[in-house]
Amino acid sequence: MTVDHAANGQEALSRIAAATDLDTLEGLRVSLLGKQGSISALLKTLGAMSPDERKVEGPKIHALRESVTEALAGRKAALENAALEEQLAAQTIDLTLPAPESPRGSIHPISQVMDELAEIFADMGFAVATGPEIEDDWHNFTALNMPESHPARAMHDTFYFPDRDAENREMLLRTHTSPVQIRAMIDVVRESPGGAPLRVIAPGRVYRSDSDATHTPMFHQIEGLVIDKGIHLGHLKWTLETFLKAFFEREDIVLRLRPSYFPFTEPSVEVDVGYTIVNGKRVVGGSEGWMEVLGSGMVNRKVIAAGGLDPDEWQGFAFGTGVDRLAMLKYGMDDLRAFFDGDVRWLSHYGFSALDVPTLSGGVGTAA
Amino acid sequence: MKFSLSWLRRYLDTDASVDAICDALNAIGLEVEGVEDPAAKLSGFRVAKVLTAARHPDADKLQVLTVDTGQGEPLQVVCGAPNARAGLVGVLGLPGAVVPANGMQLKKSAIRGVESNGMMCSTRELELGEDHDGIIELPADAPIGTPFADYRGVDPVIEVAITPNRPDCMGVYGIARDLAAKKLGELKPVAEAHLETPFACPVEIRTDDPQGCPAFYGRVIRGVRNGPSPQWLQDLLQSAGQRPISALVDATNYIMLSYGRPAHAYDLAKLTGAVVARRAVDGEQVTALNGKTYALDSEMTVIADQAGVHDIAGIMGGEHSGCEDTTTDVLLEIAYFDPARIARTGRKLNLTSDARGRFERGIDPGFLDKGLELLTALILELCGGEPSEVVRAGAAPTTPKTVHFDPALTEKLGGVTVSPQRQQAILESLGFGVVAEEAGFDKAWIVTVPGWRPDIDGAPDLVEEVVRIHGLDEVKSVPLPREDGVARPTATSAQRLERRVRRAAAARGLQEAVTWSFLPTPEAAHFADGPVWTLANPISEDMKAMRPSLLPGLLSAARRNLDRGAGSLRLFELGRRYLRGDAGASDERLTLGLVLAGEKAPRGWSSGKAVPFDAFDAKAEAMALLADAGAPTDKLQVMGDAGPQFHPGQSGTLRLGPKTVLARFGMLHPATAKLFDIDGPVALAEVFLDAIPARKAASGFARVAYAPPALQAVSRDFAFLVPATLPAGDLVRVVQGADKANIVAARLFDDFRGAGVPEGQKSLAVEVTLQPGDKSYGEADLKAIADKVTAAAAKLGATLRG
Repeated sequence: MTVDHAANGQEALSRIAAATDLDTLEGLRVSLLGKQGSISALLKTLGAMSPDERKVEGPKIHALRESVTEALAGRKAALENAALEEQLAAQTIDLTLPAPESPRGSIHPISQVMDELAEIFADMGFAVATGPEIEDDWHNFTALNMPESHPARAMHDTFYFPDRDAENREMLLRTHTSPVQIRAMIDVVRESPGGAPLRVIAPGRVYRSDSDATHTPMFHQIEGLVIDKGIHLGHLKWTLETFLKAFFEREDIVLRLRPSYFPFTEPSVEVDVGYTIVNGKRVVGGSEGWMEVLGSGMVNRKVIAAGGLDPDEWQGFAFGTGVDRLAMLKYGMDDLRAFFDGDVRWLSHYGFSALDVPTLSGGVGTAA
Repeated sequence: MKFSLSWLRRYLDTDASVDAICDALNAIGLEVEGVEDPAAKLSGFRVAKVLTAARHPDADKLQVLTVDTGQGEPLQVVCGAPNARAGLVGVLGLPGAVVPANGMQLKKSAIRGVESNGMMCSTRELELGEDHDGIIELPADAPIGTPFADYRGVDPVIEVAITPNRPDCMGVYGIARDLAAKKLGELKPVAEAHLETPFACPVEIRTDDPQGCPAFYGRVIRGVRNGPSPQWLQDLLQSAGQRPISALVDATNYIMLSYGRPAHAYDLAKLTGAVVARRAVDGEQVTALNGKTYALDSEMTVIADQAGVHDIAGIMGGEHSGCEDTTTDVLLEIAYFDPARIARTGRKLNLTSDARGRFERGIDPGFLDKGLELLTALILELCGGEPSEVVRAGAAPTTPKTVHFDPALTEKLGGVTVSPQRQQAILESLGFGVVAEEAGFDKAWIVTVPGWRPDIDGAPDLVEEVVRIHGLDEVKSVPLPREDGVARPTATSAQRLERRVRRAAAARGLQEAVTWSFLPTPEAAHFADGPVWTLANPISEDMKAMRPSLLPGLLSAARRNLDRGAGSLRLFELGRRYLRGDAGASDERLTLGLVLAGEKAPRGWSSGKAVPFDAFDAKAEAMALLADAGAPTDKLQVMGDAGPQFHPGQSGTLRLGPKTVLARFGMLHPATAKLFDIDGPVALAEVFLDAIPARKAASGFARVAYAPPALQAVSRDFAFLVPATLPAGDLVRVVQGADKANIVAARLFDDFRGAGVPEGQKSLAVEVTLQPGDKSYGEADLKAIADKVTAAAAKLGATLRG
């Protein structure tokens, strides 16, 4: 008996190729390779064959089984693939539809600039100090060499409370961050008698009873204080130059120092920074014109003494500037009042990302 | 302080340009606030002569003039002034010139058909006076063709800001002295007057208040003729922004502005009896020259006669005894008042004046006689009359101050090297006396301070004088000494916390706002838990009370945004709330407030309707921010008492133990919403950063050792029936605590009421995560744990749901 394996094979393969669904294919597999399947039956015949016969028939039958198995698998994969493609095609969605939005938060420019300043001054060894905003008149005025009748007191447009503290000091809203100078000195003396050296900056809210287009009754200042031995005006000049160059990230920062008067410094110096006009706006750098940015000077001996230090031993400088103004100059806002309105449109436009953390390595400023 | 160039040149011999003078003023600390150059305003106007004048052919009131401009052919000009006539020398504005009074640019034009090549100007048109009845008539010999600015000798005006320590520069002479020290010219000596004083002062002068008025000098001048002062004086006063009044008043003002020395002239006819400096009597009144009546008290010094008060000493004269055009005899007062008292009186009366500004800063006590002499001489020049002898009551504190000064201090403090010789020269040019002490010229000086410099009282003041005149530009930058090594962190833990939480909030989608520290009192009171800080002198009622919470400011900001049509708001602020501390001190606490208003999610193609914020959104923010702030969030309990500003049923506090409130959150109470005029639901939270316990200082950077467990965690679900009123958090907490060795987490995932759950109860389902140690759980282990969970829950009245 001779079986035409080739013909059987051809027929099986064409049936497999013609199968259009997985069920049909499975039926074919059972009928060919299942226990009762035709190829399984052929395999069984091998046992009854003579060795010679088997030598001839064996490879043919095995080849047949292999080709059918392969065809079944190939056809199955093709059908599954087609089914998957059909399914995926059915699952197509319109990806031009909007994805869910997550809200974008922002950091207020004042906070951002304060962080920038802290970063710049940390590099120069300045620690950050704070003090109360509701102050007593001793810290805000008297200790800063502004006794009660001092005309400079009247110039401060002070907000007063009707209250007095336990030492009968008049309570007020601090008019500048300078009282933190006194507190920082007293603290350092308490911690290490004899005190000093000291390098601090004190950023924070300050208040003047003044309100017009360019003044708000609340604004922000940053104060700097260095107390050490042998510190003079030259150090002050360098510190302010270095700070402004780092803050504005420009080398062409030109400072003009003018003699001035603050009761708490002697000599006192007002600092102008040069600007150039670019597209009708003042840009810091160059020297087409000058604008006032800082008040500063060598700390008055009386102030050093009020801080509990010996003015014959210690000397130093102090400076103060407006944080809001620095922010405006750097980032281009022109309306101070908008800083305190909480308008989300303004906050979105002028605010900073949480990830814009000022660092010295990455640059303290955030590019527009 | 404003002054003209010619005024300055009365005392400073200089030919420096205005620009050079301004640069010098800035360099020495007299900040130039502005320069007004009238010559610029008058460019294009020149002296011109009317040659012929003829009636305009088509207008009755107009004339057609031919005008000689000194150059080329005469110009034809149409003019309406009644005084325009042949032979008149006046001022012609040429085409292109801008009329100062109205900003109009002149151009060649035809007026009623007649060509006109300019305009003959009136005083008013050139802003030189009020006269507009006719065109300016200059003397016939005025040089035709000269620019009018040159002819009139108009004077640039410089305005400088005088710092409060420099009363001497509240007189032009003082400014001249400073400029002379800066080598801008030669200071002229103060004029000498030789007065004949043929009679004794007929008025008794006294000071009964030697504290308030240590010195009071006076003199009578008889037979004066008052009236308008001469043009030169009027021009000077106008340049300084002062209105000329009459010769007598203008003379006192001139002396004040020239030498910083206020004085007062009384109409003698209006005084009776002795003129006395004394304290006012409580309740006494005076009507001052500004027309206002002031109630005085016994802390104020006044000048009075028998009839009453005539002068709020050192601040403002009385209306009643002021000089008028009819005045024939005057009493001049020149006094020294205590600066502190003047300042207090002025502040109390809320009255500012040029005199007060000078007296409270301190006038030169050595300049009383000289000032009176100069004033007398000027009045005699302007008004004639006959002066009496001076009568003096008291004496001004003229003992000169001395300062010990080591010239080396200039380098030590000022950072600039200036030779002792140069330092001496600078100080002497400013009027200081320099004498070397025994230690030698280079080492120790005794410096005598001139009377006009009350601000100088120590060696650093002298350094400032030297440095400002020598030039601050000479100070070279010197780097601050830098500590070795890498810069160390400088922020305190509070500052690090603040920065971290701020950026965490922004990273969560919240927008940082900065709102006012002050609030309207009702809003502050609504959020207060005790007395608030309330300003005595607020700028407005809306900015009166210091915020006891950050929420009201944010609510107002939210309202403004909603009013502008904002759809969704997530605002936060990180700042202080102001409480009252011990012993009258301030207690300012670092706080984060946040307000969620409008839509949490807008309507969407997949999400359907817009979703409003709810209390859980506020809770989520509070929890997340507390976690970022380093609070032990796993130990927090949700409790009540968020405050009456919150919805009582939809708010809570997050506490560490029963007392320590770390945050409050929830929905806004409708009554609060109404107070802030906000519609729609608002979720809000306040995180009390100050209440977060400080973490124990870590000794280094290495963490506690950890290896993830080898065995996988197992989760088991438990559903309990509990009383409907039982807080789910209580159940979760007891479940979590039921077997601490095995239970690592318990998460509530279902809260169901309704079918199958008895009335008054609810079903809570908790997923419990179990972490096996070194051995996998067997059935018995799991049963034992489940029994512990069930037993623990049973204590709260929970039964396992079948």
